[in-house]
Amino acid sequence: MDFTLTEEHEALRALAAEFVDREITPNVAGWDRVERVPRELVPRLGELGFMGLTIDEADGGSGGDHLAYSLVMEELGRGDSSVRGLVSVSLGLVAKSVAAHGTPAQRERWLPGLCSGALLGCFGLTEPDTGSDAASLALRADPDGGDYLLSGSKMFITNGTWADVVLLFARTGGPGPKGITAFLVPADAPGLERTEIRGKLGLRGQPTAQLFFDEVRVGADAVLGQEGGGFSIAMSALDKGRVSVAAGSVGAARGALESALAHAGQRTQFGRPIAGFQLVQDMLADMAVETDAARLLVWRAADLVDRGLPFATEASMAKLFATETAVRAANNAMQVFGGYGYIDEYPPGKYLRDARVTTLYEGTSQIQKLIIGRALTGVSAFS
Amino acid sequence: MNIVVLVKQVPDTATERKLDPADSTVDRAASDGVINELDEYAIEEALLLKEKHGGEVTILSAGPDQATDSIRKALSMGADKAVHLNDAALHGSDALQTAYALAQALGTVEYDLVILGSESTDARTGVVGAALAEYLGLPQLTLANKVDIDGTSVRIQRQTDEGYDVVEATLPAVVSVVEKINEPRYPSFKLIMAAKKKPVAKLGAADAGIDTARVGLANATTEVVDFAAAPPRAAGTVVKDEGNGGVQIADYLAAKKFL
Repeated sequence: MDFTLTEEHEALRALAAEFVDREITPNVAGWDRVERVPRELVPRLGELGFMGLTIDEADGGSGGDHLAYSLVMEELGRGDSSVRGLVSVSLGLVAKSVAAHGTPAQRERWLPGLCSGALLGCFGLTEPDTGSDAASLALRADPDGGDYLLSGSKMFITNGTWADVVLLFARTGGPGPKGITAFLVPADAPGLERTEIRGKLGLRGQPTAQLFFDEVRVGADAVLGQEGGGFSIAMSALDKGRVSVAAGSVGAARGALESALAHAGQRTQFGRPIAGFQLVQDMLADMAVETDAARLLVWRAADLVDRGLPFATEASMAKLFATETAVRAANNAMQVFGGYGYIDEYPPGKYLRDARVTTLYEGTSQIQKLIIGRALTGVSAFS
Repeated sequence: MNIVVLVKQVPDTATERKLDPADSTVDRAASDGVINELDEYAIEEALLLKEKHGGEVTILSAGPDQATDSIRKALSMGADKAVHLNDAALHGSDALQTAYALAQALGTVEYDLVILGSESTDARTGVVGAALAEYLGLPQLTLANKVDIDGTSVRIQRQTDEGYDVVEATLPAVVSVVEKINEPRYPSFKLIMAAKKKPVAKLGAADAGIDTARVGLANATTEVVDFAAAPPRAAGTVVKDEGNGGVQIADYLAAKKFL
């Protein structure tokens, strides 16, 4: 087994690292304070090919495998989770679903724009009353002539106010997962209102929205996949999405570690750098080991995806461990920084605030454990 | 418009750079090799000229095996092909010998224009462009912060301390550029993948017609007599504002030619 990256993977990683170091890191604290990363970043990420990784070039994508995608997500996560999240959602959840389930017309309409960064996508699954129990979602899609009328609301939608297209999950049938259908809804459709959600603990640079649908009319050509097939589209998107969140979390953990290492080497107490104190080294060692372990889980999951093998359990393992690692690493980094870590001139605070949501979204840590537990025991705790 | 860009791999300026005490040449193992920063501006300018006038951009680099990484990076920015001059006989060549070797290697390529960075961040001699032009018998236009091609002539703005001179020559010519000229582009994933398939011609000294008695450390025209580690950074200048602080700062900056 050889963990050495190929020349192309290494060149891609180096490109992402250089972009992060030059264009993102110097601006992170400022963007966080004004609660907005610049919208112009999206087409710039598109030019680099980061918005179209794993999507066929024939569909306007940049090609590449899921390891390539994970490497870029790690670097972006090291830089700014708000930026990483833009890509995770628009590419990882939306564009990949369109590529996997879209008709030629749907792929042609949405993929070139999503992959170039000219367009941005958002993923409309969570509702005010349905989080972990997504199969009970309530937003209605009622047949009307040959069309559908969409009514209801969606909550905590990343990219919500910026998106050009919503991958929306709505109820076309009875209760439960089989009554759910996926739609590609243009964000400028009449009757669709979007409100920015403010006051987030972290990911402040990322636009997060509540979406309101008031009899929004879409044609049958807006249906992605089959009527009643929406829930499995959502779940398969989230399975892969977990690899992306996990990779971003590895980057965040690494960023926290690197900042703590630099600080520990410079900060002097009791006449010597604090890096020399055993209790500080204890924290640094934990951070380093857990970050590497998380990365190996991510690479394994990405490798399974790339080889077309089942990966859902391994993706949940990677997501569970990497996100919890990011929280612990950021918390340890703050401990190493002491009081300086508590002000936003230094990195640990933002790493901690941003990491905290990753154990909540795209499946809480508890949901990941139930997915892993179901695979281990053969018994589902959900039903 | 066929353009050759000269690219040198240098030790990363962000790391601690060292010389090899045995022969006073660069210790390549001590730090990562990267493209000389000013050469990235040269590559960008060549790509911009190609976008305007068509033709091909060829990278020419003289260096050991690891220079391949920098050649790939240059190709992933969008250059079309590369020539890698790599021969142990070249080790330790000084600026004049390097210019001679590059001039010989250029004999294997068709070109209208040669572009290079005005100096490298390791040796900082800044003479390779001029020496190369002499060896080739071509006009040299140095320190360009703007380059325009018009038919068979090239016109540049040569940056000076006071402003710029306009200098013009007929093609082919050698142009060196400064960092004010443009903003080098990033590669993209597609170009990284495409770079893998772009041709890199490997040349030894004999392939380029280089007389090995004229190159290498033993035949160098200059000699490193001694070297020492850089002294620790000295304390900064403190300006006390006694009503004329602004003037003092402006005078200081002017003395350093920042103003």
